[in-house]
Amino acid sequence: MQTATATIRAQGFTASFDGQPAVRGLDLELFPRERLAIIGPARSGKTTFLRSLNRLNDLLPGFTHSGKILRDGKDIYAAGVDVAELRRKVGMVYATPVPLPWSIYDNLAYGLRLAGIRERSRLDERMEAALGYAFLWNEVKDRLHEPANVLSGGQQQRLCIARVLMLEPEVLVLDEPCSGLDPISTAKIEDALVALKEKHSIVLVTNNTKQAARASDRTAFFLLGALIEVGPTAQLFTRPTQKQTNDYLMGQFG
Amino acid sequence: MKMPTISPAFTQRIAVGLMWTLTGITFAVLVFILAFILVHGLPHVTWTFLTQAPRSMGREGGIFPMILGTFLVAGLAVLVAAPIGVATAVYLSEYTREGRLTAVIRFGADCLAGVPSIIFGLFGFVFFAITLGLGLSVLSGSLTLALMVLPTIIRTSEEAIRAVPSSYREVSLGLGGTRWQTVFYVVLRSALPGISTGIVLSLGRSISETAAVMLTAGSALRLPRSLFDSSRTLALHFYLLSREGISMPNAYATASVLIIAILALNLLAYALMRRFAIKVGR
Repeated sequence: MQTATATIRAQGFTASFDGQPAVRGLDLELFPRERLAIIGPARSGKTTFLRSLNRLNDLLPGFTHSGKILRDGKDIYAAGVDVAELRRKVGMVYATPVPLPWSIYDNLAYGLRLAGIRERSRLDERMEAALGYAFLWNEVKDRLHEPANVLSGGQQQRLCIARVLMLEPEVLVLDEPCSGLDPISTAKIEDALVALKEKHSIVLVTNNTKQAARASDRTAFFLLGALIEVGPTAQLFTRPTQKQTNDYLMGQFG
Repeated sequence: MKMPTISPAFTQRIAVGLMWTLTGITFAVLVFILAFILVHGLPHVTWTFLTQAPRSMGREGGIFPMILGTFLVAGLAVLVAAPIGVATAVYLSEYTREGRLTAVIRFGADCLAGVPSIIFGLFGFVFFAITLGLGLSVLSGSLTLALMVLPTIIRTSEEAIRAVPSSYREVSLGLGGTRWQTVFYVVLRSALPGISTGIVLSLGRSISETAAVMLTAGSALRLPRSLFDSSRTLALHFYLLSREGISMPNAYATASVLIIAILALNLLAYALMRRFAIKVGR
């Protein structure tokens, strides 16, 4: 039933580096308009899985994979897939904000310009919408042509979210987006995620279990490259079915 | 027994004093050389000296053909070497993984950088001037210089490209950029100050090169009218004027013009880089 509607569906997906699996035999779905949190200790394969979703791992030496990741029913690793198009549809936000060393405006416009969209009116229109979703419009509307790196860390990270939103992606994947941010900036980003799930599916990798509990609809727990458990967030946090999940949530390891 | 101790504050004073002295010596040597040449040369640098052709082998007259020849030879050399060098650097750092091929290319470039310029001159004479039939000409000279500065451009460009954070590349690729778009819009744009430094250094080296151009561009005193004409560069003119004892005042004047040209070039490059750096907000 739900198979047909899943935005992204991993089927027996294994990702390895130099033959060493970082993610093993993964079966996991992401549905439209949901926020899926992925939690787990270090080296559990969270980031590897995330970076497999837009094929960013392809760039790393020694990367191989088996199994499938289906987007709209089609394997994203199949021959002939337009990787640039995939990356526009699966937008990625990194752990540390990486503004390119240009103006705020040029940072935001870059993705669309790469796709050949250069009309000022279209760029401006999308920019206001994207900055609005990232709760950044009011803070930068009067200084779009200032260098992006004068912004604070929290503002930079919201700029990076807005930069991805400019492309109107189907899926937004965030890799520990708040790891270097203060609580107020973190709250703003979590608020943005609530607003964004109206239009996007969201995958949020986080080391912060409290954040997963606050800012997701479902949570998946990864351990040593395997998916241990996935379920509605409230349920996973209060009544985990697996002992390892419980141990992790109780702070026994990780 | 009592250990003889020197207080840390004292050693600190000595260290600072020593470093100031040594830095001062370096600076003094530079200033002395420049001042010596300019004091002897500048009084002879007049408008007619800059705009007229030399007479009686350079004893009288000016150095206009040499100024033109220098800019033609050095400019063309850099115009040829820069695209090749930057493209090689991009290929080495962005399009291949480290392997035997990159190691061989890099080793080759390093060896090339260590070859004395007279050897380049000999090669240019045999290959460009004779085998290709270009003769002693601006073209032979600039192609020879292009080969000579190529390693510098490759290595400085490569270093500048490697200094661009890999996260920039991931962002660009993650936003749907192709590899080429990423290289062109992000990597080269960020590496531009470093790349232009290498190019300016190469231009300076081309302008001041003597041995290689003597064997390839020749030493004709007349104004070069095409790229196939022989031409004498400022550095070579200076060398011949002093070596043959033709006219020391004019030799110093030529050297002054050469030094001022290179100084102006460096200042220009510095100003350009500063402007660029401010524009990208660093």
